Amino acid sequence: MVKVTIDGTEIEVEAGSTILQACEQAGREVPRFCYHERLSIAGNCRMCLVEVEKSPKPVASCAMPVNDGMVVHTDSPQVKKDREGVMEFLLINHPLDCPICDQGGECDLQDQSMGYGMGQNRYDENKRAVDEKNMGPLVKTVMTRCIHCTRCVRFASEVAGVDEIGAIGRGEDMEITTYLEAALTSELSANVIDLCPVGALTSRPFAFTARPWELKKTETIDVMDAMGSNIRVDARGREVMRVMPRLNEDVNEEWISDKTRFACDGLKYQRLDRPYLKQDGKLVAAEWDDALDIVAAKVKATEPSKIAAIVGDMASAETMKALKDLMASLGSANVDCRQDGGYAEAGNRASYLMNSTIAGVEDADAILIIGSNLRAEAPLLNARIRKRWLDGGLKVGNVGTPADLTYTVQQLGAGPETLADLAAGNGAFFNILQNAERPLILVGSGAVARADGGDVLGTARALADKVGAVSGDWTGFGVVQTAASRVGGLDLGLVPGDGGRDTAGIIAGAQSGEVELVFLLGADEIDTDQLGNATVVYIGTHGDNGAHRADVILPGAAYTEQDGTYVNMEGRVQRARRAVFAPGQAKEDWAILRALSGLLDAPLPYNSRDQLVAAMVEDVPHLGALDQLAAATWGSFGTTGDLAGAAPFADPIADFYLTNPIARASKTMAACSKQRLELTAQGEGRRNA
Amino acid sequence: MLRDEDRIFTNLYGFESPGLDAARTRGDWTGTGDLIGKGRDWIIDEMKASGLRGRGGAGFPTGLKWSFMPKEVSDRPHYLVVNADESEPGTCKDRDIMRHDPHKLIEGCLVAGFAMQAHAAYIYVRGEFIKERYALQAAIDEAYEAGLLGPDACGSGWAMDVYVHHGAGAYICGEETALLESLEGKKGQPRLKPPFPANAGLYGCPTTVNNVESIAVAPTILRRGATWFADLGKANNTGTKIFCISGHVNNPCNVEEEMGIPLKELIEKHAGGVRGGWDNLLAIIPGGSSVPMLPKDICDTITMDFDALKDAQSGLGTAAVIVMDKSTDLVAAIARLAYFYKHESCGQCTPCREGTGWMWRVMERLAVGEAEVEEIDMLLDVTKQVEGHTICALGDAAAWPIQGLIRHFRPEIEARIERRKAGQPVLTAAE
Repeated sequence: MVKVTIDGTEIEVEAGSTILQACEQAGREVPRFCYHERLSIAGNCRMCLVEVEKSPKPVASCAMPVNDGMVVHTDSPQVKKDREGVMEFLLINHPLDCPICDQGGECDLQDQSMGYGMGQNRYDENKRAVDEKNMGPLVKTVMTRCIHCTRCVRFASEVAGVDEIGAIGRGEDMEITTYLEAALTSELSANVIDLCPVGALTSRPFAFTARPWELKKTETIDVMDAMGSNIRVDARGREVMRVMPRLNEDVNEEWISDKTRFACDGLKYQRLDRPYLKQDGKLVAAEWDDALDIVAAKVKATEPSKIAAIVGDMASAETMKALKDLMASLGSANVDCRQDGGYAEAGNRASYLMNSTIAGVEDADAILIIGSNLRAEAPLLNARIRKRWLDGGLKVGNVGTPADLTYTVQQLGAGPETLADLAAGNGAFFNILQNAERPLILVGSGAVARADGGDVLGTARALADKVGAVSGDWTGFGVVQTAASRVGGLDLGLVPGDGGRDTAGIIAGAQSGEVELVFLLGADEIDTDQLGNATVVYIGTHGDNGAHRADVILPGAAYTEQDGTYVNMEGRVQRARRAVFAPGQAKEDWAILRALSGLLDAPLPYNSRDQLVAAMVEDVPHLGALDQLAAATWGSFGTTGDLAGAAPFADPIADFYLTNPIARASKTMAACSKQRLELTAQGEGRRNA
Repeated sequence: MLRDEDRIFTNLYGFESPGLDAARTRGDWTGTGDLIGKGRDWIIDEMKASGLRGRGGAGFPTGLKWSFMPKEVSDRPHYLVVNADESEPGTCKDRDIMRHDPHKLIEGCLVAGFAMQAHAAYIYVRGEFIKERYALQAAIDEAYEAGLLGPDACGSGWAMDVYVHHGAGAYICGEETALLESLEGKKGQPRLKPPFPANAGLYGCPTTVNNVESIAVAPTILRRGATWFADLGKANNTGTKIFCISGHVNNPCNVEEEMGIPLKELIEKHAGGVRGGWDNLLAIIPGGSSVPMLPKDICDTITMDFDALKDAQSGLGTAAVIVMDKSTDLVAAIARLAYFYKHESCGQCTPCREGTGWMWRVMERLAVGEAEVEEIDMLLDVTKQVEGHTICALGDAAAWPIQGLIRHFRPEIEARIERRKAGQPVLTAAE
């Protein structure tokens, strides 16, 4: 600790902190543009200049470490003049087109010019104008507004790991560009919109649609992947206008993926806004009462063992609890929350959790990735690993399809055989894992979603035990889930009961006629063509695969339209909040199931969401502990089997942008997908040329 | 006046061959191995005692700078980087050293490299200096062949390699940290200090960046002794220095002289005097384009050393003396310099990126009187907003010439504005 005096107050700060950090600790606001605590220090905007006694010149506080006995002034007339000067320079070539700028209302330049500017203009020359740059379907550029803080450049090269933004030109001709005038090939690219302190990089889909102060802001949780990213949904009326990240150091820091941010326009298209019934092979609009009556009649007419339910990737724990109770009251054990068929042991949380925790990745010193393309499956987890890798000393090995993960990865092999070999103690990477202080083994959800998934999981678990990945407070083993609902479903035990059918069994039964009634609770990722002649009741939000096959459609609510509890891949329980109401006649999922149970003369024992939550917490107590991590007990899980000759691991995600019904309905995601295909083709063309 | 026997650069004009044999006859590479044998502490102490101040412009004591390098080599190697990106308008001394006396520089690299425990020296040559690079490379090849460089340089047991790196022609790459960035293959933009290069320089390793002249004089200082060098010049401004005299003089030249020589004597003795006589003098920029100009009455008595020029609110800089006689359109001249700095600003930090363009545009208008008198004060204020607020010294360099002009020749600017307002023609110099 060192002592520094800031504006006459002596405080103690940690040695090595910057003056800016010390000022913040002392409660003194220091304006800044280029400084961002998650990026390297650039020191180029000069807005954070302060006066340091015995220093002949003003000092950029963001870059200068504190010394013992330093005396800093942030409120002297000289500092005021320095800030006014820098602000004036920033503004002389800034277009001041705030009335037509989408950043208006949340613009650092606007705010700080009010607070620190001189309030008048002395610049009489022509202003600079800069050509717009094409940065793809997500990021709109108005480069004339750029103040050259280089936050976007640093984000791209440091966090996203793609050196695709940079500056060309010198002096006042310097321009920020993507060089090739294309979107970034990163799943995190749109975070530059938040980072940009001015209106140079703004959201293209959101352009000219709303002003920030018109929007109702709801703090909630994302369901596009299993990270459980903390988001804020900005809505106007009944429409979700945009999604922004919220800070959560343990989960998403302050980033979100492009899908999380921009799939929200999918909430407007392809929506199921009223019940439908299939008549003569066509879906026709129906009333709720009729649709529910038909479903109830079918349920009553069907033997319980011939009724089944599959849960999709975005269902909340409450919805799944209601479904579980309904199926139990019907006496059917045919229920599965794993539409990908992934192997997991519902009673053994360690078998399906990211036990190390997401933030725990930063403590690992060797990571083995098994059957997972983390960039597509959990881009923010991948960014964490990159962050750890940048700190140095991290070794990463991959078993599965080779992919550019933005850090150095040793490709060890393609399939389970390599894993078995490692688990037998062979290979250089085994030694790396064994010698590592905190080795971490990550198993992709795709690697366990196969016939030999239990063997893969068991072998990986054996490897973890063998290299000492689990010791003391470190559990260096994790399954990287890709579905937001999965951990919650497994926590609730939404897996086949005794003699029940799992997803594959349900599909096979439907095909063979042994299953006559299938409830699809937002389950669109199964092969719905294989459901034979079974009656399919689809409860969901979008006219996607499930709805196309359905005989009855009961319109439900999306994640922004109902409260819901989600458990992310590390087992963190978080509550999503309703931001808008569901469209048309669509109802909250639990209410649909509750209404159906009433018609079946077996009403579910809750009449409000609060009662449902209470019942759910009584069933699974840790679902009531919001924002808490309940550590799993490490034990034996998985099966043992010979992995010799097993097929190589395949990526479970073919297209990052199109993984769920909401994203598939989104025009923005479609544009991203198209752009990525084009860029990939161009890249391959260049490599082949 | 410097006696001939005290001259360090005895082939500054290229009258003799720059080759190794000729260099040896001039005393280069004499007993270099013995100098190294005296140890690095001795070398650094001698350099400190000589009082040599860096010849690149800032005048930081060279021996002190060398002593900032870590005493022990850790897992990071040490580097010596020689700044031969001589781009300051008016300055042409390093160029002649590399052309005509390259072995002084190469020998200096060995001695300095040994003193700071560097096995590699990079000489970063200005992009426009094509022939200088060839000359330097030829001399380095000769030195390797003669065993003066290489794994056992001069039989001293010290391994030393010298590499020539060619810049791409950006003024900013003469700033030491921008130079390091450029040398690493990045966009030449100055780094934030701290950390200073002695801690984290080239590739993050301890590095010292020195000017060509500072390195080239080191072997001679060590051979002839710190006292000899310290006895030349004035206290705190010791030794000899190459002055580059250009502009309105009868005989523009580079000349090695004692520090502290009166400016008038320097010009009259070596440059054949001001065109049209001393009384025809209007102003002099004494240290390269970035330092404020001095009007004739100060030039009459000023001496050419760091401290005296600093007291006169100017600077010795690179000692590039730009002489302007009464035919000079001073406002247009400074407007041209303002354009240079606007063009060479790297664009990284706000005050310089935005300020240099603003200052240039106002200067252009002032040059033709198309302005209000109040704008002179505004311009002065803008220069003050740039000066001292930037990452590197380019901001200062852009601000000072304008400050010098306004400080000493404000009536001239006002007169133009008034002429323009009165509808009288404002004549500017032909270009």
